Amino acid sequence: MFQPTPVDLRNRAREGLVRWLLLGLTLVIILPVLLILGVLAWKGTPALSLEFLFTEPREAMTAGGILPALVGTVWLVAVALLASVPVGVAAAVYLSEYAPDNALTRIINLAIMNLAGVPSIVHALFGVGAFVYFFRFGTSILAASLTLAVMSLPVIIVSTREALQAVPRAFREACWAMGATRWQTIRHVVLPNSVSGILTGVILEVAHTAGETAPIMFTGAAFFVPFLPEGIHDQTMALSLHLFIISTQVPGVPEPVPFAVALVLISLVMSMNAASIWVRTRLRRRKKW
Amino acid sequence: MASEPVPAVRTESLNLWYGTFQALQDVTVRIRSGAITAMIGPSGCGKTTFLRSVNRINERLGYVRTTGRIEVLGHDVQGAGVALTQLRRQVGMVFQRPNPLPLSVRDNVLFGHRVHRTPDAAITRAEEEPILEEALRKVLLWDTVKDRLGARATTLSLEEQQKLCIARLLPLQPRILLMDEPCSALDPRATGAIEELLWDLRGEFTILIVTHNMAQARRASDECIFMLMGRVVEHSPTEEMFVTPRDRRTADYVEGRYG
Repeated sequence: MFQPTPVDLRNRAREGLVRWLLLGLTLVIILPVLLILGVLAWKGTPALSLEFLFTEPREAMTAGGILPALVGTVWLVAVALLASVPVGVAAAVYLSEYAPDNALTRIINLAIMNLAGVPSIVHALFGVGAFVYFFRFGTSILAASLTLAVMSLPVIIVSTREALQAVPRAFREACWAMGATRWQTIRHVVLPNSVSGILTGVILEVAHTAGETAPIMFTGAAFFVPFLPEGIHDQTMALSLHLFIISTQVPGVPEPVPFAVALVLISLVMSMNAASIWVRTRLRRRKKW
Repeated sequence: MASEPVPAVRTESLNLWYGTFQALQDVTVRIRSGAITAMIGPSGCGKTTFLRSVNRINERLGYVRTTGRIEVLGHDVQGAGVALTQLRRQVGMVFQRPNPLPLSVRDNVLFGHRVHRTPDAAITRAEEEPILEEALRKVLLWDTVKDRLGARATTLSLEEQQKLCIARLLPLQPRILLMDEPCSALDPRATGAIEELLWDLRGEFTILIVTHNMAQARRASDECIFMLMGRVVEHSPTEEMFVTPRDRRTADYVEGRYG
């Protein structure tokens, strides 16, 4: 009774094999993350100091700190989000809650997918043509941020739409059946219950936007600006471009400095992510159905 | 016939297609005002579709097409001048699975009321309180939830949730309640409680209830409509339908030989 047959034994062996294989491949994901963080921390920490964070570069960027680049990146990301989040969320709400299934909607969806597939250097050229020259924003934070915003729109739209779709249809029907309008339903029920999902998309884009180099290098980020930006019409330095420049264009930069810049960039992104995740879990605690 | 009161719902040759599938065929019925009418029939026979065309909530699906006439309280509901928000205010709906909004008990009951009042109607919380209490009392829920009005509605038991879903319609002062298998997610005891409630609400509201439960239709309705393949086969007083059905197919169905 209940003795394993040869078939059972074979299935059991295969089960074990598959399980270890899947675990192994999953661990492979962690490896590069640990290596990247480890190398950056190991090589970059010697150059890190408060002075490094809070002073300007000196001696042709071979000494001094990175303050203008740090502040510049914060500006670029903030202005980009200010532009992309309202537009992206509005578009997603329309597509999820209002759009009928017709040719126009399909064209919009196709456009979003294609926009997501455009390489960042092409976005850069678009930004130069559209924002720098056509709208005459010049090379400025505004032009660079708008370029970044266009680039991040598809992700924001798609993730927001997913978040909205995750709100059960039954809630919408309950509202409509009480004579609530579409907008009342969205405003009081759909949006409050999808904020956490929408934030997830935004978080992804914060990281993405902060790290992008190509779209900003012709549109608003500069090689070297010895002062902090005062408004959206200024040019600025940015961490990502600064990293590229001191790694490849400037002779005589001490070895730890690029690693330290990369470490700061990653820490900036990760602390923004951490903050958003904290907000998200707090919001999610309210949500139960 | 002339002295007969205006039916709560009246349809005339109502046909409805989902794409190319015809879900309702030539449905002509009069739903008596103030009574409970049960709609019975096998799955997919069009009961729910019929219910959902009365408050026109079917239309959100873009591929729905209707012909024929639907009148609610004597007025055509498909005309160009009909405000859906007003139609749905008069015709409340209760769904198969209790679907309280993910808000507090209080906000659920007051949701419809808030949605419909003018923005300048400065109603204070104190003035909302009687509306809240009356609605919850009417569904026999006040005593159980009066101490947790701020709790999330989704933390209530299913029976309480379904009662809440009825309560939230009441502040809108609807005339007709559409109920789409309101007890199918509930256990027998809770089902009994909801049926009792329906009997309490009878008269004040016209109730149109879809059910798969023959015993329920028999216990808790004045009239029955039996549908099959999108058509109305028989519409008669409940006792008559169960004791002396006119149509062979009705007899087979209510006696459990079919469906």
